Amino acid sequence: MKKFTVLKGIAAFMPDINIDTDAIIPKQFLKTIHRKGLGKSLFYNERYTEGYNKNVDFILNKDPWSNSSIIIAGENFGCGSSREHAPWALLDFGIQCIISNSFADIFFNNSVKNGLLLIKLNKNEIQKLSELAMKKESFTVDLINQKILVKNNEINFNVDPIIKDRLIHGYDDIEITLKNKQLIVDYENNKNKFHIWKNIVYEKQ
Amino acid sequence: MDTPKTLFDKIWGDHVINQTNKNQYLLYIDRHLVHEVTSPQAFEGLKLNKRKVRKPELTLGVADHNVPTTLRDQGINSIKDKIAKLQVETLEKNLSENNIKYIPLTSKNQGIVHIIGPEQGFTIPGTTIVCGDSHTSTHGAFGSLAFGIGTSEVEHVLATQTLVQTKPKNMRIIINGKLKKNVTSKDIILKVISEIGTAAGTGHVIEFSGSTILDMTMEERMTLCNMSIEAGAKAGLIAPDNKTFDYLYGLPFAPKEKNWELAIEYWKKLVTDKGAIFDQEFSFNIEELKPFVTWGTSPENGIAINEKIPDPKQYNNLEKRQSIEKSLNYMGLKAGDSLKDISIQKVFIGSCTNGRIEDLRAAANYIQGKKVSHNVQALVVPGSGLVKKQAESEGIKEIFLEAGFEWRDPGCSMCLGMNPDQLASGERCASTSNRNFEGRQGRGGRTHLVSPITAAASAIKGFFVDVTEESL
Repeated sequence: MKKFTVLKGIAAFMPDINIDTDAIIPKQFLKTIHRKGLGKSLFYNERYTEGYNKNVDFILNKDPWSNSSIIIAGENFGCGSSREHAPWALLDFGIQCIISNSFADIFFNNSVKNGLLLIKLNKNEIQKLSELAMKKESFTVDLINQKILVKNNEINFNVDPIIKDRLIHGYDDIEITLKNKQLIVDYENNKNKFHIWKNIVYEKQ
Repeated sequence: MDTPKTLFDKIWGDHVINQTNKNQYLLYIDRHLVHEVTSPQAFEGLKLNKRKVRKPELTLGVADHNVPTTLRDQGINSIKDKIAKLQVETLEKNLSENNIKYIPLTSKNQGIVHIIGPEQGFTIPGTTIVCGDSHTSTHGAFGSLAFGIGTSEVEHVLATQTLVQTKPKNMRIIINGKLKKNVTSKDIILKVISEIGTAAGTGHVIEFSGSTILDMTMEERMTLCNMSIEAGAKAGLIAPDNKTFDYLYGLPFAPKEKNWELAIEYWKKLVTDKGAIFDQEFSFNIEELKPFVTWGTSPENGIAINEKIPDPKQYNNLEKRQSIEKSLNYMGLKAGDSLKDISIQKVFIGSCTNGRIEDLRAAANYIQGKKVSHNVQALVVPGSGLVKKQAESEGIKEIFLEAGFEWRDPGCSMCLGMNPDQLASGERCASTSNRNFEGRQGRGGRTHLVSPITAAASAIKGFFVDVTEESL
């Protein structure tokens, strides 16, 4: 996983609430067997009128926001399906950080596992940042010091220390878990917790 | 005395391997379902890192999301879309290389992953069940802790049979009362979500309880738990009882003989203790509940069939008002419109929400002897091969065919339109599925979520019908 320490870039403001994963990456793009290449189709239904003809009114089609690396979004961003294609598409487009009042659970987990930083702020802070984003100001997101810096403004944010550690170092979750391999084996052998009736015995075909 | 525990706390406790951090735990996963859309990148990840599947026998695979619902006897060759076909071929190859059991497209047991899990007895109480699909919450109807995961987590489960999880909070939704005739558990969950909203459940596991839940069949409970995710919840949960045990007895993957007895002994303890504390609680009485229909592009946009579409102006919250205005514009509707005046072009009966035998029975029973309106194309997509076979043996297929419905092969179909079953732009659909997001069933398509009875009745009339008042 790519490491995340300090990000400098432009922020696009998408005020809608409940931006769902169907909107982030529609179903026709889920047939891929790869992680890469989805950025082109990010927000497809809003971003394009037909084929890949750009909808000029959509924020990510306007300069300088076509080069955004940050999105400031309405609440409950990422609700809906569990498709990890949503963070893959965002990252493939170049988005590395999303700021909102709230995020849906599965989307949140999927994002941090791919190095996409999600920041929860209160509505006043989001209001302030959205105004600066609309003025095309440059944003600095400093994960190490947990600060967002824009012009003369400084906003602190909270982040789960485990997630922070993982993002800064780009850790692989599976590798961390496999270090505890013996604990998993012990659990499987613990008759008080791992009940024998849970075992699956295949029927003879 | 021990501190009283919720049902969720009990299941959670028995699956904690260790605490990895503050409020974060390594959790054992007992059952894993995989399908073609969210698994290829996980298997690719395993291969790249030279890792093996830890317990292949605890995973079960099936293709459901992108498969066509016609010409199933041709198996994989029924998929004309090359990219979709490659995805199913990749699933088959990955499962075979890793010794994971697969239910092929041509098997009578094939179907939507959340329908076949319970049907095969793969879903059982007291277990943790995951799948790379948000509607995994369905399996909570059996008193199992079941939740949707992303592809990175699918890979993690394959490699370790565990997941690192933050412990969710406890929420209880109590539902009491006897439903009116032709009002269903679908109407209940649409009502609940319309009241509490799509983000209310975020970070929570919802336990459903109350007299209505006790009266429900397993199918009705599955519909309810299925849409817990639409309330933002991690999972839905219902305490197992004799109905649960009767449903599972003798199914292929269910425990057998001595193990069955041990299982029942344990499953009977899976109830919330008296005095257990919930972080949040809601209560509903559904005696007077009318059939529900959604009018917007979020599952929380539901109203009773006899209510008028709300006026955005009545909302003081600017974001909310704008979101409703945007929804109404997309849906081609106006504040104050009555749903009963709105004509539809498509009807979809199926999905992991409402593609079970009881759903088809209820719908067929209501429309028997009637004809689908000439303006409407109506599809019935049974949730699995077993549902289809059962419906055929009961004469349900004939009722639908004689009425002018199309009788299809099992799959997710028009719920998400990954296969050829889609809405054209501007088409309006009465759908028994779970999401009415913009473009979900096809770009520009307009989805109204309803119960199977409302969907079937609306197919006959050509517009939305109050099935508690009108007969056809």
